[in-house]
Amino acid sequence: MTESLQEKRPDGVLPSRIDYIAYEKTPKFIQLKKQRRGFVLPLAAFFFLWYFAFVIVAAYLPDVMAIPVFGKFNLGLVLGLGQFVTTFAITMWYVSYSNRRLDPLGAELRAELEEMDKK
Amino acid sequence: MIATSILQSLPGRLAQAVEPAENNPVLNISIFLAFVAVTLIVVIRAGRNNKTAADYYTGGRSFTGPQNGFAIAGDYLSAASFLGIVGAIAVSGYDGFLYSLGFLVAWLVALLLVAELMRNTGKYTMADVLSFRLRQGPVRVAAATTTLAVCFFYLLAQMAGAGGLVSLLLGINDKVGQSVVVTVVGGLMIMYVLIGGMKGTTWVQIIKAFLLIIGAGAMTVWVLAINGFNFSALLDSAIAVSTSVPADAILVPGLKYGENPLDFVSLAIALVLGTAGLPHVLMRFYTVPSAKEARRSVVWAIWLIGAFYLFTLVLGFGAAALVGADVILAAPGGVNSAAPLLSLALGGPLLLGCSSALAFATILAVVAGITITAATSFAHDIYMSVIKKGKGDPDAEVKVARRTVVIIGVLSIAGGIGVQGQNIAFLVALAFAVAASANLPTILYSLFWRGFTTRGAVWSMYGGLSVTVGLIIFSPVFSGTETSMFGAGVDFAWFPLSNPGIISIPIGFFLGWLGSVTSTRKEDPLLAAEMSVRSMTGFGAEKAVEH
Repeated sequence: MTESLQEKRPDGVLPSRIDYIAYEKTPKFIQLKKQRRGFVLPLAAFFFLWYFAFVIVAAYLPDVMAIPVFGKFNLGLVLGLGQFVTTFAITMWYVSYSNRRLDPLGAELRAELEEMDKK
Repeated sequence: MIATSILQSLPGRLAQAVEPAENNPVLNISIFLAFVAVTLIVVIRAGRNNKTAADYYTGGRSFTGPQNGFAIAGDYLSAASFLGIVGAIAVSGYDGFLYSLGFLVAWLVALLLVAELMRNTGKYTMADVLSFRLRQGPVRVAAATTTLAVCFFYLLAQMAGAGGLVSLLLGINDKVGQSVVVTVVGGLMIMYVLIGGMKGTTWVQIIKAFLLIIGAGAMTVWVLAINGFNFSALLDSAIAVSTSVPADAILVPGLKYGENPLDFVSLAIALVLGTAGLPHVLMRFYTVPSAKEARRSVVWAIWLIGAFYLFTLVLGFGAAALVGADVILAAPGGVNSAAPLLSLALGGPLLLGCSSALAFATILAVVAGITITAATSFAHDIYMSVIKKGKGDPDAEVKVARRTVVIIGVLSIAGGIGVQGQNIAFLVALAFAVAASANLPTILYSLFWRGFTTRGAVWSMYGGLSVTVGLIIFSPVFSGTETSMFGAGVDFAWFPLSNPGIISIPIGFFLGWLGSVTSTRKEDPLLAAEMSVRSMTGFGAEKAVEH
């Protein structure tokens, strides 16, 4: 590797013999990337919209939040606690998806890359 | 605690000091000193193994997911959460609850989009990731600038909060006494960070988070027990003593933010998008051995922080029912005194002493966490990577980091004393707004958009930072109203919102896009491919340090 290329290397990243541009086009890597983004991006969009819908109703339509549901619980409290529930649920769902789908594939690719690096 | 934007309308409460009869400063100080003694021992033990830069900055990446999750919760649950949110719910009811929700939901951004990818590509700082495939110099300097800015705002708010807390808990109301306490807090913090490095600081966070959550949990059970474990009955008794009109207005949004709903929406956006851009939160993804542990730590943090905010909901309405909003507002410390007064009502002076010491410990730990983040960023991004072009001696880098700790400590003591009594409640909101406008766009673009360039990064970071700070200066926070920093007499406020996020965050994203599409310089496609492969697979990620 030439001096100028060496200088461009990010801190602590050692030059590697792996052709990353080619590796990025391997079907398995494309599958991992697709699976990961396909899972997290829609989920991120969902919680974002759900949270902002809630905030906007709370800010501009407080009367809707005052609708009684049961006991002293009104719609505002129920929807607010609903935010807790969805946050916890998304967390658990993501963890289980990662453990089942993303981690095994990621580990497989990592082993493959480590093997390539040795050669 | 001064550090929440919801307290902006409560200036000068500290001045009208009425000493609660049963408050026992000696007891409060003793419990706090016990905490300091225990944590110092831990810090000294943890500091023994600090040899390399990785040890000092990341605690050797040796923390487990659950440990790191506690530390994240410890970093995140500042005194603003404990005192501020309990107080806000006690006084403003539902609106206080609304505020706490943003802090929780924000963690999904960190979990889904940032934590693992950051851990896989970075080494010590946020700039490691941002500059991975872009030009090192300009991107690192920009990232270090925004990191230091966020840390500075956050630190100043915490230090000023320490002074305010003193008048409430120790009965010290004069400026000299408060300055002494700020100096003591700053001095202790410098000691913790110098001796313990990241490992020591992390253990302080873990201990503090554990005590805080156990303490808040115990008080929650106590409050619920008084009300026959019926939350609805608790709400009934809070309504019964409420002075708001109508009395059940405390269960509906509007008591706090009703007058300016757009300001609240703007705050909510900054809270949700800012958390994953806070440098001291990002730093926590490097203290674990792998991306999987980084994910586990965020999951633990979400459960702990979520549980804590559910506790504050009970404690807030409990304080409203058992202490009463008007008593809280009349006490020294105003709205911040809700949690201490509730503990006094429940368990007498001893419990008050415990919760006061906890509040102090909270400030101490949070300040330490931010300081080590700022020092790491300066030493690693500016000294090592820019001044020494990556060729400096790693030992010298750690030395620089330690010196930076002392300088930041002294600056924050001076700043903390300087801003005593000032209405600086906006600082934490400002820190979140800068993190959301300057840091998060660049982080997300770096991780998810191949077309992102050096110019985009630099424009987004400097642009986001200056627009946010600029809008704050021309907002009612600085001038034009009774509660402004310059009072009602001076008025140069043409921006109507106290929270600039709704404008500054889109600008940050827009500038990142604009800078990138107008770039003439092509970025290295090899590094882009490498970053993508590494971030997804964890190949080549920094390993834990073996001792």
